[in-house]
Amino acid sequence: MTPKMSHLLPMLAATLVALATTDAQAYRAFVSNEKENTITVIDSEKLEVIKTFKVGQRPRGIVLTNDNKTLLVCTSDDHTIQMYNADTYEYIKNLPSGSDPELLILHPSGNPLYVANEDDNLVTVVDVVKGQVINEIPVGVEPEGMGMSPDGKTLVNTSETTNMAHFIDTTTGKTFDNVLVDNRPRVAQFTPDGKQLWVSAEIGGTVTIIDALTRKIMTKISFDIPGVTKEAIQPVGIRITKDGKKAFVALGPANRVAVIDTATFKVEKYLLVGQRVWQLAFTPDDKLLFSTNGTSNDVSVIDVETLKVVKSIKTGRYPWGVVVAP
Amino acid sequence: MTAQRILPAALALALAAAAGIGACPTWGLSAVAQEAVKPADAKLVVPIFMVREQREVALPLSLLDLPPKDDGVAGGQLAVNDNNTTGRFLNQEFTFEVIESTKPDQLIVDVSAKIAAGGKFFVVDASNATLLALADAIKGKDAILFNAANPDDRLREEDCRANVMHTAPTRTMLADALGQYLIWKRWKSWFLVAGSLPEDKAYADALKRTAKRFGATIVEERTFAYDPGSRRTDGGFEQVQQQIPTFTQGAKAHDVVVVADEGGLFGEYIPYRTWDPRPVAGTAGLIATPWHPALELWGGTQFQNRFRKLSGRIMRPLDYNVWLAVRAVGEAVSRKKTGDFKEVMAYMQAPGFDLAGFKGIATSFRSWNGQLRQPLLVATPKMLVSVSPQQGFLHQTNELDTLGVDKPETKCKAYTTK
Repeated sequence: MTPKMSHLLPMLAATLVALATTDAQAYRAFVSNEKENTITVIDSEKLEVIKTFKVGQRPRGIVLTNDNKTLLVCTSDDHTIQMYNADTYEYIKNLPSGSDPELLILHPSGNPLYVANEDDNLVTVVDVVKGQVINEIPVGVEPEGMGMSPDGKTLVNTSETTNMAHFIDTTTGKTFDNVLVDNRPRVAQFTPDGKQLWVSAEIGGTVTIIDALTRKIMTKISFDIPGVTKEAIQPVGIRITKDGKKAFVALGPANRVAVIDTATFKVEKYLLVGQRVWQLAFTPDDKLLFSTNGTSNDVSVIDVETLKVVKSIKTGRYPWGVVVAP
Repeated sequence: MTAQRILPAALALALAAAAGIGACPTWGLSAVAQEAVKPADAKLVVPIFMVREQREVALPLSLLDLPPKDDGVAGGQLAVNDNNTTGRFLNQEFTFEVIESTKPDQLIVDVSAKIAAGGKFFVVDASNATLLALADAIKGKDAILFNAANPDDRLREEDCRANVMHTAPTRTMLADALGQYLIWKRWKSWFLVAGSLPEDKAYADALKRTAKRFGATIVEERTFAYDPGSRRTDGGFEQVQQQIPTFTQGAKAHDVVVVADEGGLFGEYIPYRTWDPRPVAGTAGLIATPWHPALELWGGTQFQNRFRKLSGRIMRPLDYNVWLAVRAVGEAVSRKKTGDFKEVMAYMQAPGFDLAGFKGIATSFRSWNGQLRQPLLVATPKMLVSVSPQQGFLHQTNELDTLGVDKPETKCKAYTTK
C-alpha cells in the first residue's frame, strides 16, 4: 500500500509551492475516504481541496501527532496504522495496531497511542516511538469510541454491542469502571475541563453525559427534528469548543449537526449538512468545524460563530474521519 | 492442614468453571460448577435454552443450501458470548443449552422440567402445532418462548399466545419488504408462480396482500404442480431447461415473476429459464430475508467475522433470529440488572426497549403481538440489493410497521387482554 515515490515527487513539489504562497493562518483538514482509500487535504482559508493522496485499505480513524508533523491513519482492512508526513504526504511506516483498527487517540504527552480493535474486543496500546504494542486491554464487544481525559489519566473506550463506556486507568492499563449507555455507543468525548464525559449512542439516538469523577449519569440529551423520523437520528461525532460552552453532535442519516448549550444541555440549533454525517473536527482556532458526510461524498464547513454552514466541499467516496492541522 | 488442602481444590474448581465460561459458550455448565462460582461473588446466572423440534424437511435443490447441523444454535452461542462479554463487567453470566427431540411431547416434558428448575427463557425452532402445544402446556408459568424459526402470521394473529414472542419475521413482513422494493423499481405487474404446499400457498397469499396494499397487480397466477414424493423436477438440467420455459409460456404481460416456493422444491429452477426474459423474485432470485451472509453495513463485518470465527461457517437467517432472541434477553437483563422474570419481560415489552441488530436502526417488539419489528434485507444470493422499508413508505408511528400486519389489522387478543 506504500505509494510510489516517483509518482508523488512532482505533486509534492507543486504542493510545497502552493504552501509557500498560502496565507499563514490557513489550516489543513485531512479527511479519510473510507471507500476510496485516499486522504483529501482541504485548505481552511480557500476552502478548497489542495491534495488527495492514496493510503491503505479502508482508512477510518485519523489523528495528528502532537507536533502536527505526522498523520496517523487507521487502515482497517490492512489491520495496521499508517504514518504519513503531514506536510509532504509521504508514507513513512506502519505501526502495529491489532486487528481491524477503527478509532485511535494519543496520550496528551504524545505517546502512547490507544487503538480500538473493532474485531477483537480489545484496546491496543502502541508505543509510537518504538513502533511496538505494549499492552492489550480487554473491553466489550466491538470497541469503537476513544476519549482521553485532558490530564491523560483516564482513557474511555465505548463498545458498540456491549453498550458501555469502559473507564481505563492509563497508568495501570486496567478498566476501573464500566457505565452502561444507550445502544451502539460510537464516540466518547471529555469536556475541556475534564469534568464530564459525553457519549453518543447511534441506535439509542441519545448523548449521555457522565460525571467523570463519580461515573454517574448526569443526563441524557435526545433530539427532535421536525420531519425527520426518530430512527434516522443517530448521534456519532461529538466536539466541544475549547471554552467548553458549545457542543456539536453529528446526527448521521438525519443529515444534521446539533448545536448544544453545555450549560443547559439544550439543543440550540440543527444545522443541515450533507448525508450521513459522522465525524467532526474544529480548526485549531475553533472558528470552523468540518463534518464528514459519508453518503454525499463531501464535508460541510460550519462557521462556529454564526452557526451557519458556509460551504460543502467534495471529497473522495465515503468520507469518514477528519482532523485539522495548524 | 485440612483447610489448606481444601482451599486449592475449591480454587481449582472455581477456575475450571471460569475457564469454561470464558473459552466456549458454556454448554450446559454443570450445576456444581455454578454453585462453586455463585457464593464467591454472587453472580447472576441466567440460563437460556434453545428448543429444537427435529423434523423432516426436503433437501434443498442446491448443494450450497444444505442446512448445517447447528443451524440457529450457532447464532445462540454467539449471542450468549456477546451477552457474557457485557456480563463480565456486570457480574452476570448467561448459559445456553439445547433441548432437542423429534417428539413434541418429549419437548414439553423437557421444557417443563427446565422451568421447574428455574429456566425462564426459551428460543424455539418448531412447527406451528408444536409451538402452540408448548405455549399452552406452560401457560401461566414464569417463562417465555421466542419463536425464531416460524414465519406463519397465524402465530401472531388468530393463534397468538401471550407467552410467545417472535424474532422470525412473518410472511407478510417478508412479502411487504420485497413488494416495496418492486414498487420502488416500478415493476408493478407480477406473474405469480406458487407451489402447492400449504406454506407455499400462505406465502402466495402474503404476496397477494402486498400487491393490494402497495398497488401492484397480479396479472397471472399459476400453480407449479409436483408430487413431493417423486419430485417431478428431479433429474438433470436437461429436463428443467425444457420444463420451465414451457411452464411459463404465454403468461399475460408482466414485469417480474414472483415465486412462492417455501418448500424449496422448484423455485431455484425459475430464474434464467422463464419464457419471457423477466427478473424473478420471491423465494428465489431476489429475496427478502432477515439476514444475509454478505451484509457488511452497520458493523455487520465485525458481526459476521465473530460468527465465522465461532462456527466456521456463514451466518444463516435462523442463526440471526436466534441471536436476536438471546440478545434481547441479555439486553433486558443487563439494563435492568436483574433476572426477575416479570421485571425483565415488562422492560422488554415496553415502548423504549431498543435492540441493536446490525440493521442501522433499532429493532423492538410490537406491543400488540410480540413480533419483533425490524428492517428486512432485499438481496440476491450473493449481494445485498436494498433494505426495506423503502423511502416513501410512510407510517404514523414507526416506518418499520409498514412491513407486515399492523396494529389496526391485528387479530391477536392475547396481548391486549393479558
